[in-house]
Amino acid sequence: MARYEFSGYRRENGRVGIRNHVVILPLDDLSNAASEAVAHNIKGTLALPHAYGRLQFGEDLELFFRTLIGIGSNPNVAACVVIGIEPAWTGHIVDGIEKTGKPVAGFSIEEHGDIATIANASRQAREFMQWASERQRERCSIEELFVSTKCGESDTTSGLASCPTVGNLIDTLDPLGVTTCFGETSEITGAEMVCASRAASKEVGDRFLQVFNAYQDVINRHKTSDLSDSQPTKGNLAGGLTTIEEKAFGNLQKIGRKTTYIDVLKPAEAPAKGPGLYYMDTSSAAAECVTLQAAAGFVVHLFPTGQGNVIGNPIEPVIKLTANPKTARTMVEHIDLDVSGILRRELTLDQAGDLLIDLVIRTCNGRLTCAEVMGHREFVLTRLYQTA
Amino acid sequence: MPTTDFIVHDKADTVGVAVVENIQPNTTVTGWIMETDETITITALDAIPLGHKIALADITQGDTVLKYGHDIGRAASHIGKGRHVHVHNLKTKRW
Repeated sequence: MARYEFSGYRRENGRVGIRNHVVILPLDDLSNAASEAVAHNIKGTLALPHAYGRLQFGEDLELFFRTLIGIGSNPNVAACVVIGIEPAWTGHIVDGIEKTGKPVAGFSIEEHGDIATIANASRQAREFMQWASERQRERCSIEELFVSTKCGESDTTSGLASCPTVGNLIDTLDPLGVTTCFGETSEITGAEMVCASRAASKEVGDRFLQVFNAYQDVINRHKTSDLSDSQPTKGNLAGGLTTIEEKAFGNLQKIGRKTTYIDVLKPAEAPAKGPGLYYMDTSSAAAECVTLQAAAGFVVHLFPTGQGNVIGNPIEPVIKLTANPKTARTMVEHIDLDVSGILRRELTLDQAGDLLIDLVIRTCNGRLTCAEVMGHREFVLTRLYQTA
Repeated sequence: MPTTDFIVHDKADTVGVAVVENIQPNTTVTGWIMETDETITITALDAIPLGHKIALADITQGDTVLKYGHDIGRAASHIGKGRHVHVHNLKTKRW
């Protein structure tokens, strides 16, 4: 369908991005200062400071590597400079990103110090930035698009209208071959059997339940009454959501009425079974979930909110929608699409779904989201357990 | 079409959601059942803030409360038809 084309950046590995970032990626907390200095020197580049990367081990370290390599490999990134305290892990991240064929270079601080490293990395970043500035958008078909979703600061309007609007989009785009992703393992509590029944096969549904039960074990090991007002959150409660079960059924509206998910992904794992809907085992905290989905290669994100979450992501544009008329009125600079008309019966779900598709296409073509113009760049890595 | 004061997901649900900002006690409110496209009216006995739930029937203490046609918890006390349903009278069965 012609109206579902968009203009994107085709990368060396054939994947399509909708942004053209040159990322300065610190391997570890110690390299944040040098990375930010390079991004200050070379205008238009983007540093992604974070808190981790030291003394991690086992599965937690694998997730850390997968996340950093995935962020650098995301097709919204044109080129990447990696800076680390020592050369071995820095080189591991560079090698992982290099498999995409995109320009990438690594710099390590030991034996050089920050000042020489910043100078060398800045020279490289300058070349990458000017090279990236000449990349051109080209016409791409909708099945080349990777779309993720997660909701936050939900209230009852999320389950009534904004999450079903995302679901309507997924039901429309899934048959066209778009790749989509949902997650939020803990926030499916109460609706897990319904979620399991939405898997494309019993085997996939059983794998979802394994992942779900493993997360429940973590919660049960540490739990406090009502999870210390973390589930539901204070914002959820203020918005009228009472129990985790109620929140879960609202959350699950995001996958529509008929689409089935074809695989269960580990956190930050790239989809490998072709087009379709994927379930990813993620945290339910917004920035953690979106960061994991960006690391898996998703290029645009749909974020329904009720009470008004302001989240963005540095490399994956986050489109926020709400059906709460008060939030749409009081937080207008954070809301890309107001679907509160559904609650007034002025807008049907199909009409809202079409408005969202139109906004996704415009965002892919270059329209900046509220989060992008407001400077929201939440980049939060998921940890599995303590440091060694 | 009259103003829709609250919305119900499924015909089987025992609660609806207020979608207007100021439902006052002892007022008649109009609801829309999305599943069947029916319109119903009940009398709100409490103030119901935007997004909060109203009981559509008398709910006995210990009964399962239904929304989306599914179990969203148990009534922690008797809930009269038209009453505000929230953390004071509805509890999770998990965690």
